[in-house]
Amino acid sequence: MKIVFKLYASLADYLPAERRGNIVELDVPAGATVGDLIARYRLPEKCAHLVLVNGHYIAPTDRGGKALSEGDELAIWPPIAGG
Amino acid sequence: MAWNRKLLRVNLTAGTCTSEPLNMQWADEYLGSRGLASKYLVSEIDPKVDPLSPDNKMIMSTGPLTGTLASTGGRYTVVTKGPLTGAIACSNSGGFFGAEMKFAGWDMIIFEGRSPKPVYLYVENDKAELKDAAHLWGTSCWHTEEAIKHELQDPLVRVSSIGLAGENQVLFGCIVNDLHRAAGRSGVGAVMGSKNLKAVALRGTKGVAGVKDMKAFMKITAEKKKVLADNAVTGQGLPKFGTQVLMNVINEMGALPTRNHRDVQFEDAGKISAEAMHEKRPTDGKPQLVTNAACFGCTIACGRISEIDKGHFTVVNKPEYWGASGGLEYEAAWALGAANGVGDLEALQYANLLCNEQGMDPISFGATIGAVMELYEMGVLTREQIGIEAPFGSAAALARLAEMTARGEGFGKEIGQGSKRLCTKYGHPELSMTVKGQEFPAYDSRAIQGMGLTYATSNRGACHLRSYTVASEVLGIPVKTDPLTTDGKPELVKAFQDATAVFDAAGICVFTSFAWTLADVQPQIEAACEGDWSMDKLNAVGERIWNMERLFNNAAGLSRKDDDLPPRLKTEPAKTGPAKGLVNGLDKMLPEYYQIRGWTPEGVPTAETLARLGL
Repeated sequence: MKIVFKLYASLADYLPAERRGNIVELDVPAGATVGDLIARYRLPEKCAHLVLVNGHYIAPTDRGGKALSEGDELAIWPPIAGG
Repeated sequence: MAWNRKLLRVNLTAGTCTSEPLNMQWADEYLGSRGLASKYLVSEIDPKVDPLSPDNKMIMSTGPLTGTLASTGGRYTVVTKGPLTGAIACSNSGGFFGAEMKFAGWDMIIFEGRSPKPVYLYVENDKAELKDAAHLWGTSCWHTEEAIKHELQDPLVRVSSIGLAGENQVLFGCIVNDLHRAAGRSGVGAVMGSKNLKAVALRGTKGVAGVKDMKAFMKITAEKKKVLADNAVTGQGLPKFGTQVLMNVINEMGALPTRNHRDVQFEDAGKISAEAMHEKRPTDGKPQLVTNAACFGCTIACGRISEIDKGHFTVVNKPEYWGASGGLEYEAAWALGAANGVGDLEALQYANLLCNEQGMDPISFGATIGAVMELYEMGVLTREQIGIEAPFGSAAALARLAEMTARGEGFGKEIGQGSKRLCTKYGHPELSMTVKGQEFPAYDSRAIQGMGLTYATSNRGACHLRSYTVASEVLGIPVKTDPLTTDGKPELVKAFQDATAVFDAAGICVFTSFAWTLADVQPQIEAACEGDWSMDKLNAVGERIWNMERLFNNAAGLSRKDDDLPPRLKTEPAKTGPAKGLVNGLDKMLPEYYQIRGWTPEGVPTAETLARLGL
């Protein structure tokens, strides 16, 4: 199934070369979880700070069990803030 | 005593400068800066005063930690009755001006009356004098700062000034110090302009004397700086990407107000984000961002210094804008960009530079342009009236209207009145995205529910810096809460409001609160200031400041009806994103908030609350 994977700020370097800016479209196996994607792209755990699926927050403890669906947009940031 | 125990009173009508002892009883109750200056203001002016009349006063104030070794201890505030809102105004700025005031031996400066001619105040340690500013009137903040340094033959003098916007009494005119730091919100620059006060120039060589326990202070401030350095947000995220990194976050969450809050997601958010500022431009091979920057004493350094594309249509043949200068920060990039549907990063930086140069709040300016563009698309305003075609997304209109507003030209005069007055004049007050007349910042409260209550109850009109519940609802600081629910938000908002008031009163930057809690600030105040500064006392100080501001606003004629959001946010559901179908639940949160505050159902602090806080 296809999903959209977005890595922002200093995480952009972890995206594959075919990325468009901070975004890449991926083919992933059915049932793939947020945790699987974090592991597959070797994101250091402490760097995967803010994780959103379709804009909804996914808590660290839920990432392993959060299965992605066709068309989902997974976006991840390192520790950041603003104002 | 980290206070200097001394204030300077400047009577602009009489042309006098006099020294007075600081009221230390009040310092004990209100700490400093926002708290203490507000106490002076509410004690000295009629709450119903016309903000732009000589009877209004304007106070520039530091906190006890301003100018010290405490990290971010460079803040100062400008407190007055705001012309945009008719409410108490307190605008906070960084840079180096605040610390210089302390080094010159003063805690605050109170301006009263109106000068018969343009003047600027020059303070060199104990010496204070009003100097003629006829030659500076009609010039920008940038020119004024440079000219004053030149004529005083002192490059180290620190200057706060107004540009054309403040002179023209643009109701969101601000006061700019150190070229690109600003006391930005609520129109404090218009008040300064109404007093014929062009600038304040400070030179202090005394340092900060009288820290209560210097050894303990050195130790605790070093410890707390390490907390900031070790925290991934304040030690890495903010210095590297600045506040602008929120652009994609907030857009992803469906909380990025777009096209005057018609939409909650902007298709070009990526083009105006922190990531875009790091990208090399195809035109000249350079990124817009040059470096980060820090204010006095700051160990975070979130500020952005950028260089505009010299070939961009906004700056062709305008070399004065080609150098490295301040911006873009998140709020400005949002207000100038997404709020108007403009996705041209260089055009945003040009408008931002104009705001810095001529002293305009980019949030209120940008958000007012959003209202203008909506009225234009509705056919209510025409090209002939505005002077340019102004559909959503027009970078040309944004740039031109920024010039016109700063200079008070044509339709720019109407934009300079802010969106509430403009939308009301053209028959659509419901399209003004404001609370108490002040424009919203960059978070849509349909997708971040707590921010709706934050905006509605902010004592200075819509503002994110009075209780930044985004920290909790989006970033999980100090704990993660669900942004889509109203549950628990009244308590959250009150806690943020009271704590923020203490950070402001201390003279430090609220961005430290991404790593520090009040418990990290308390021992720094305790070591610096004479007296007992327990957590209980500081919590009471924060709540006292909030209630004092509220009492002033109530006496000024504001009431529960002003604690409200525009109908769009309460009746037009978000169209996309996680909040699709949701409106803001203010009506559910507000009564509970009043109750928690110890206020009547009409939003008036009860006698019991006032007695508890010593008000």
